[in-house]
Amino acid sequence: MNVTEGYFYTKEHEWVKIDGKKAKIGITDYAQHKLGDITFCEPPEKGFNVKQFGVITGIESVKAASDIYSPVSGKVIGFNGELEDNPGLINSSPFEKGWIAELEISDASETKNLLDAAAYKKYLEGLE
Amino acid sequence: MAGFTPHTESEIKEMLQAAGAPTIESLFSDITPELRAKSFNLPKGITEYEALNEMQELASKNTTFTASFIGGGYYDHFIPAAVDTISSRAEFYTAYTPYQPEASQGTLRAVFEYQSMISGITGMELSNASLYDGGTAIYEAVNMAFRGSKKKKVIIDGGVNPLHIKMVKTHAKNIGVEFVEAPAVNGRTDLKALAAMIDNDTAAVVAQNPNFYGFVNDYTSVFAQAAKQGAASILSFYPVSLGILKTPAEMGADIAVAEGQSLGQPLSFGGPYLGIMAVNKKFMRKIPGRIVGETTDKEGRTVYVLTLQAREQHIKREKATSNICSNQALCALRAVVFLSLMGKEGFKKLALINLERAEYLKSKLASIPGFEIPNGATFNEFPVKLKKDAKVFVSEMASEGFIAGLPASCFYPQDKNTVIMNATENTAVSEIDLFVKAASKRA
Amino acid sequence: MKTIFEKSVKGRAGVDPGTPDKKTQSILDSSLLRQKDNMLPEVSELDVIRHYTNLSRLNYSVDTHFYPLGSCTMKYNPKVNEAASVLPGFINAHPMLAYVKEDAVQGAFEVIYRTAEMMCEITGMKKMTTQPYAGAHGEMTGILLMAQYHRVHNNNKTHIIVPESAHGTNPASAAAAGYEVVTVPVNSAGGIDLNALKEKINAQTAGIMMTVPSTLGVFEKEVLEVSALARKFDALMYYDGANLNAIMGKARPGDMGFDIVHLNLHKTFSTPHGGGGPGAGMVGVSEKLADFVPVPAVVKTKDNKFTLDFNVPHTIGNIASFFGNFGVMLKAFTYITMLGKEGLIDVSEKAVLNANYIMAKLKPYYFLPYDRTCMHEAVFSAKKQVVHGVHALDIAKALIDRGFHPPTIYFPLVVEEAIMIEPTETESKQDMDLFIEAMIDIARLAETDPDKIKNTPVTTPISRPDETKAAREPKLKCF
Repeated sequence: MNVTEGYFYTKEHEWVKIDGKKAKIGITDYAQHKLGDITFCEPPEKGFNVKQFGVITGIESVKAASDIYSPVSGKVIGFNGELEDNPGLINSSPFEKGWIAELEISDASETKNLLDAAAYKKYLEGLE
Repeated sequence: MAGFTPHTESEIKEMLQAAGAPTIESLFSDITPELRAKSFNLPKGITEYEALNEMQELASKNTTFTASFIGGGYYDHFIPAAVDTISSRAEFYTAYTPYQPEASQGTLRAVFEYQSMISGITGMELSNASLYDGGTAIYEAVNMAFRGSKKKKVIIDGGVNPLHIKMVKTHAKNIGVEFVEAPAVNGRTDLKALAAMIDNDTAAVVAQNPNFYGFVNDYTSVFAQAAKQGAASILSFYPVSLGILKTPAEMGADIAVAEGQSLGQPLSFGGPYLGIMAVNKKFMRKIPGRIVGETTDKEGRTVYVLTLQAREQHIKREKATSNICSNQALCALRAVVFLSLMGKEGFKKLALINLERAEYLKSKLASIPGFEIPNGATFNEFPVKLKKDAKVFVSEMASEGFIAGLPASCFYPQDKNTVIMNATENTAVSEIDLFVKAASKRA
Repeated sequence: MKTIFEKSVKGRAGVDPGTPDKKTQSILDSSLLRQKDNMLPEVSELDVIRHYTNLSRLNYSVDTHFYPLGSCTMKYNPKVNEAASVLPGFINAHPMLAYVKEDAVQGAFEVIYRTAEMMCEITGMKKMTTQPYAGAHGEMTGILLMAQYHRVHNNNKTHIIVPESAHGTNPASAAAAGYEVVTVPVNSAGGIDLNALKEKINAQTAGIMMTVPSTLGVFEKEVLEVSALARKFDALMYYDGANLNAIMGKARPGDMGFDIVHLNLHKTFSTPHGGGGPGAGMVGVSEKLADFVPVPAVVKTKDNKFTLDFNVPHTIGNIASFFGNFGVMLKAFTYITMLGKEGLIDVSEKAVLNANYIMAKLKPYYFLPYDRTCMHEAVFSAKKQVVHGVHALDIAKALIDRGFHPPTIYFPLVVEEAIMIEPTETESKQDMDLFIEAMIDIARLAETDPDKIKNTPVTTPISRPDETKAAREPKLKCF
């Protein structure tokens, strides 16, 4: 399973990439693998204020449905529109082209509640 | 004892031996004495012919009438023999929900064609594979609109079938919907007032066309107001009427639902019937129930599967869009056969004949003093105002072999003198003449 | 094969509904009329018959194939049921007559009354409503009853406890009625984990939903303890009747302390599944909920007539437009009447015998997560075959090639790679032996030639469909 350096991770297999006041979130390679072919990702409501680990949106594969929990608190300012026509991007490029939402984050220190790449890698090893 | 278990004594012995059990009873040893049934007091079994005789005797305790003019949302329509022929195919009626597409293309494709025809007659973008009945379909529509909206209010036109209104309220009791009923006086809703009730806290507005009294309305302006306020428009329609009447899509409905009984389902004292639901694309991933979609197999052939299953209870469990798991597949099959047999022109003609027959009944009654036909467009059902209690009239007519209609006071106690009458293609002109003759003496 | 729309020829017609007068067109104002085409096909009656008859031949069904679909109880549907359900006196009865002229529908009322009465005796419940249209609808009714009970008693209840082995409808029904769902695990014997239950149950527990026997095919001996625990917190016991077919005459939910029971008539009482409905899902209640059932209820008067009762003090309201799926009820009524007491007991005994026979025969070849006497179904896992890359799904498809409808797979969720086999009582030893042989053959091939299994089915009209494509680019109609 791939894990990208520099991102932070949740135990529910979401990632966040923080860039100043903004952050992009998505699901990990492990998560897309477990879910199988993604068929739909619901656009989260713009302007929606999500709390850390709160549900931000939902994702569907052929035979599974899963909530996406936000790794950090913040306001939704964007959605990856390409997913509407091509949800498979989450499978083919979970950490890059398959990002899901963009947030304006409210508290950068929340990353202390998350795993870094090394810790997440270790966490995954424990799951296998 | 009659039964359908094929086991012989020697087979039972052999099977018990294989299972390592001394007796059949030993297989039930987990059910300890304190868990055992305290009673199981049922009659002794009987033969097939005895059972059928008993059923015939029970059936004969129901009275048949010379002619009946009762509707109330459930109509005596003609069912072509071919409908029964297809729905009695055991390959259809003894199959399960089509989970294994390679072994269920028959059911899947029939449902896909059903969805297509429902979409065609309603003008809506897509249909599900059907729901239980018209009442539950309205509830599911309200539930779908309400849950996604963060708004509190659902406005129901008082012209919606009162039984369906009661059902919706029962089902939605615990989810916090605030129901507001737009008053219908003797079957008349003030559409302007209805539109004015829709505000930005309204999740949905529900109307029915033709309404319970039979009046035909155009809800276009009401639904436009709903759209403006971000409320979902739900229209309960009468399938046969769509042969000629303006479609839910043409009125701007977001969700179209119906009691599909008129499409090839016998009256059968209340069911099984057919819940129809068709929606606009924005509700595609929120619609409850099964949906069949087209795809390809490994060889690239066009094939059909249950799809968008991530909405459903077996995957989403408590987060599912609905708890529903079955549809009314066999009833949907009857509907698709019925609609195929009618076809493009026949469906239109069927609606026109219904209209024509009801207008004939109307005109005959209108000529008799004591029967007043309120103004207003109707399809195949209409109110008749009497000079006496409608229940008394209906009971007098029953003694002469006619069911004259539905006294409105069964559901609207204040409207004592109105009887709601219906005629379909199945109501012969000669029956109408006989009825009117008898009725004229009871006016 | 073409769709019915592709067979359409302009100007062709099936059934003639008659010819309306030309003037009829103009009776209604044009603003009330449809403008758009109805898109229906134009085909002859023979076109229709041939099209749908040929479609029917693409289905596996109980009348054509062994159909051991676990948890679904695909038993034989006796033909006398069908005959009884279409008797003219029943099929032409207008339901509004119940409101207008009760003496014209005494036969129908009697069927409803007596069906409810028999179901009460079979389940040990006090009252039974016939209104719910299907099992899941019955569940919803049950949860609404539960909510109403707590409302009337001013109980502050927020959640319902559901074992993790439950059908997905259980949590979905609980949520549909506004409750949170709390899940408890199953123990190593396949029963509800009592310790976990004790930790989770509290004053906010509205009820506990159980399936007995469980979806693992195990009779939950813990049920009396669970009932006692529920009583302590004034939580109601809910019985999911999906598996009642295993215990008729042996045990009754009412005697085990259940307050609410839903039945699936198609499972236990031989009404056909119809390719996914119509079902019927009666709900029975204990004494303390007798005043809560839906209205109108059909009751018997002192002079042995039947009438409608609207005066149920705490009724939840109307669940159905009328009395439920009467046509389905007729079939169950015929079945129970014909089989009688001994016949129903025999049904459960033979269902359990058949399941144990198959379980014993397949145990050497497939992993059995709960190795003990089962009730009406045996739950295996494809774990041994997964090692070779063959999954439960592949085994299912290989069975289709061999002329069997597959068992249920991937349910219950607590068993990895589950294969849930429910032969039902109506299958003969000979037919089960053929199925057993096929399963053994597949297990052998999974080791020696797994690719062969993974490429099945090859004998069916279609091969495996692309379900991803179906969900990513939904095409939901012909045009």
